[in-house]
Amino acid sequence: MKVLTLNFLTCAVKTCKASSDSFPLHPKDAELASDDVELNPQLLVNLLPRIDWNALRTTSTELGFPQLPEQPPTAEELQADEKMLKDLHTLLMETQLMEGKLVCGHCGHEYAVREGIANFLLPSHLV
Amino acid sequence: MLPTPCTSHVPYTRVYEPAEDSFLLLDTLSSKSETDFLASRFPPVSSSPPPLTLEIGPGSGVVLAFLTAHAQTLFSRRDILTLGIDVNGFACSATAATVAKAVATTEQQQARHQQQNHADGKDDGAGIFLGAVQGDLAGAVRPGAVDVLVFNPPYVPTAEMPAVLPPPAPASTTTMPPQEEETAFERDSRLLALSYAGGRDGMETTARLIEALPEVLSDRGCAYLLLCAQNKPEQVKERIRALPGGGAGGWRAETVGTSGKQAGWEKLQIVRIWRDS
Repeated sequence: MKVLTLNFLTCAVKTCKASSDSFPLHPKDAELASDDVELNPQLLVNLLPRIDWNALRTTSTELGFPQLPEQPPTAEELQADEKMLKDLHTLLMETQLMEGKLVCGHCGHEYAVREGIANFLLPSHLV
Repeated sequence: MLPTPCTSHVPYTRVYEPAEDSFLLLDTLSSKSETDFLASRFPPVSSSPPPLTLEIGPGSGVVLAFLTAHAQTLFSRRDILTLGIDVNGFACSATAATVAKAVATTEQQQARHQQQNHADGKDDGAGIFLGAVQGDLAGAVRPGAVDVLVFNPPYVPTAEMPAVLPPPAPASTTTMPPQEEETAFERDSRLLALSYAGGRDGMETTARLIEALPEVLSDRGCAYLLLCAQNKPEQVKERIRALPGGGAGGWRAETVGTSGKQAGWEKLQIVRIWRDS
């Protein structure tokens, strides 16, 4: 799954939903893979307003990518910033999370990721 | 007509094979009324960020691959994000492969198009596939994140509901006779049963999803839900219209596609669910 997916996922445990600690989930022992995708600046500009920037910053840092600025760039800033375009393209469009775990910062539950597929099925005592 | 994604690689002993219900979804989602609805709901301008499309229970991935590979034609924009969630891990792998194939086919066609400089040709374009995730309904998705939800549920009325998880491994310390571990055949049977067995009225899983809609969908969100006649569709639509959080316009639920005159015991329809803002 693409790293961008983490921007839309949260802990599946019901009682964690209300806690801000359950988002984003934290990758652990992550193995990444990279797809070769053609850079499309307009696509990235379009995506900007759909992204939770703070969560993306956290994910990016935790996966060892270059630190993103505190504030998201505006559409004009991003269009003019070749390095930022390239960094975001690599992180959002090309990088796949293949193996490892996703950890909830609230309850500590670890969701396994195998062959690019995260497993959010809960053991019966957590449903 | 848009091509149906290729699913020849999917292991049908443990993943639901595309059938009349899958094809009704393809036909409905590519009908003029629905492409018009999606284009007006998510206009391709800067004030309307890319919609997140979630299919629950994609199985072979044929519907999600169709939506992703033909984003430009179906949504009038190609920056849509797509995600699949299935309880069956084999279905997740199958979906990822089906989407990748269909997207590659669209890209090859577009490249050929450009080479031949067919300016008059119809432009298609693939969206962005995030991935396939194993899970129960939309439980792992951020509340309010989903703009388009598609669900072809387990809708067949059955006496029992299959278990989502395999039976627990036998504990060695008990004096009880050890529980047999699930064989591969039993596992495959359970996974296939999960794809169709709907329990009472065929509605047990669908009812849970309907109840979660107000939390799952964004304000501009909509859902496409497949029902069969035994699900009592008119009652289901009434229940959806009475959901909380509908705002001033309330929840809308209308039939936008049917399996028409092939009326066997399994007459199918697609209900579109949305809120008027």
